[in-house]
Amino acid sequence: MSPRPLAGIIAGAARLISGVNVRWIDTTPDPRQTVYFANHTSHLDFVVLWSSLPPEIRTRTRPVAAQDYWEKGLRRAIAVNIFRAVLVARRKPQEGQTSPADPRESIDHMLDAMGNDHSLILFPEGTRGTGEEVAAFKSGLYYLCQRKPDLRLVPGYLNNLNRILPKGEFLPVPFISQLTFGPPLTFRPEEPKAGFLARAREALCRLRDL
Amino acid sequence: MKNLEPQLVWAFAGVLGLLAVSSLIGLILKATIKKPEVQSTIANLNARIGAWWIMSTIFALTLVIGPIGSLVLFGLMSLLALREYVTLLPTRRADHRTLFWAFFIFTPLQYCLIGIQWYGMFAILIPVYAFLFVPTRLAITGDTESFLERASTIQWGLMICVYCLSYTPALLMLKVPGYGRPAKLMLYLVLVDQLSDVLQYVWGKLLGRHKIAPVVSPNKTWEGFVGGVVTASAIGTALWWMTPFTPAVAAAVSLTITLMGFAGGLTMSAIKRDRGVKDYGTLIKGHGGILDRMDSMCFAAPIFFHIVRYFYVR
Repeated sequence: MSPRPLAGIIAGAARLISGVNVRWIDTTPDPRQTVYFANHTSHLDFVVLWSSLPPEIRTRTRPVAAQDYWEKGLRRAIAVNIFRAVLVARRKPQEGQTSPADPRESIDHMLDAMGNDHSLILFPEGTRGTGEEVAAFKSGLYYLCQRKPDLRLVPGYLNNLNRILPKGEFLPVPFISQLTFGPPLTFRPEEPKAGFLARAREALCRLRDL
Repeated sequence: MKNLEPQLVWAFAGVLGLLAVSSLIGLILKATIKKPEVQSTIANLNARIGAWWIMSTIFALTLVIGPIGSLVLFGLMSLLALREYVTLLPTRRADHRTLFWAFFIFTPLQYCLIGIQWYGMFAILIPVYAFLFVPTRLAITGDTESFLERASTIQWGLMICVYCLSYTPALLMLKVPGYGRPAKLMLYLVLVDQLSDVLQYVWGKLLGRHKIAPVVSPNKTWEGFVGGVVTASAIGTALWWMTPFTPAVAAAVSLTITLMGFAGGLTMSAIKRDRGVKDYGTLIKGHGGILDRMDSMCFAAPIFFHIVRYFYVR
């Protein structure tokens, strides 16, 4: 049992409703500090990915979530209190927020949260999509790697979560989903930002058809 | 333990014996045959036998618990089967809430109607009320793309995975004069139907040469079909003592069950081939998904139910 029983119960329920079938292709679960990055179509994405990690890795893995969306009320209780989410400001503020965030501050937050033994779950598209296309990646992943170039970057493609709980719905419908982890990506300091982000997105997208 | 009538105990003992013999044969085959091209078939056979032990245990336990046990078991199987079905078929964003109704309103309601023994509503809930509700709910969303296909897909899934499958525990509603508890009737249907599947597989593996429908189901052969139908019907006839039927009627009824079961397997395979997959799921080791195991039941149960109800229930 994880030290946070409520998180364990929610993760169990998410696995039940999503019937997730987890595959590790050309990679294996590894306790080293890792950033798991995935496509984003549903509120269940994080919980399903998190619950698919082996328990000893799961307890030291935290999600990165958008501050503007998750900072208040029940959402905050779920994200921060139950799952220890790292809240970071999005660069393009949602309506109601005015000050554009400083990206370096968000990177500092993530690095603080990782310490020297925690891993992160990151959705580099920045927001939930419809499930048809994976959107272009935001820059956070690149800046994070610049500061910590030895990070393991593991892509995880989530399939069918958008059908279970799409954006704008609050009641789930059970479908069988699939999560495919792929081989880690290596960060090359000399590579330009756009090239790295495109390569990371490519590494994620190719898992869809495997 | 008043649910345990002697006929039920004898039938359970028979299943136990059959499982033990199968496991023994599986072990012997594994130990003696070393040809690599056959080994994967034997590994699959042993996985199937292992799964049969688990499935038989669960089914027997729920049967002994009483009607509630069977209703919960089949209700869950309907939900899992429907999940496998909708996962395989194209749905659109606008279908979400209609699907929610299918899973969490219509499915539980169907099994509750059996629980309260309201036959009149059980028989029409999905063919009439869901049939009219589903397209209406879809129309309200305003998404008209492939409208009829989407409405039909959802309705068909409800019919097969929920309505047809629920006819198996619905047998528990039937009161046949002088027959005792109807749990024996449900066990009889499940035994003959599932044995027919198994025996068609066994005869097909042993003698199968001529394919019946190579495009739809590459593993179905005439030899497997005839061998399975004849032997399963023979067993069904020999089990007449646990039914309200005479031996001759038991023969005719078993033959009907096996033929309907074959029709179910063939039809559900056609959907899989259309969608380009081998199995509906991976839940049952060696077998595939719930729907791969229950496809024959979905077709056999309603017909069996109505035969018994028409001729034996007054």
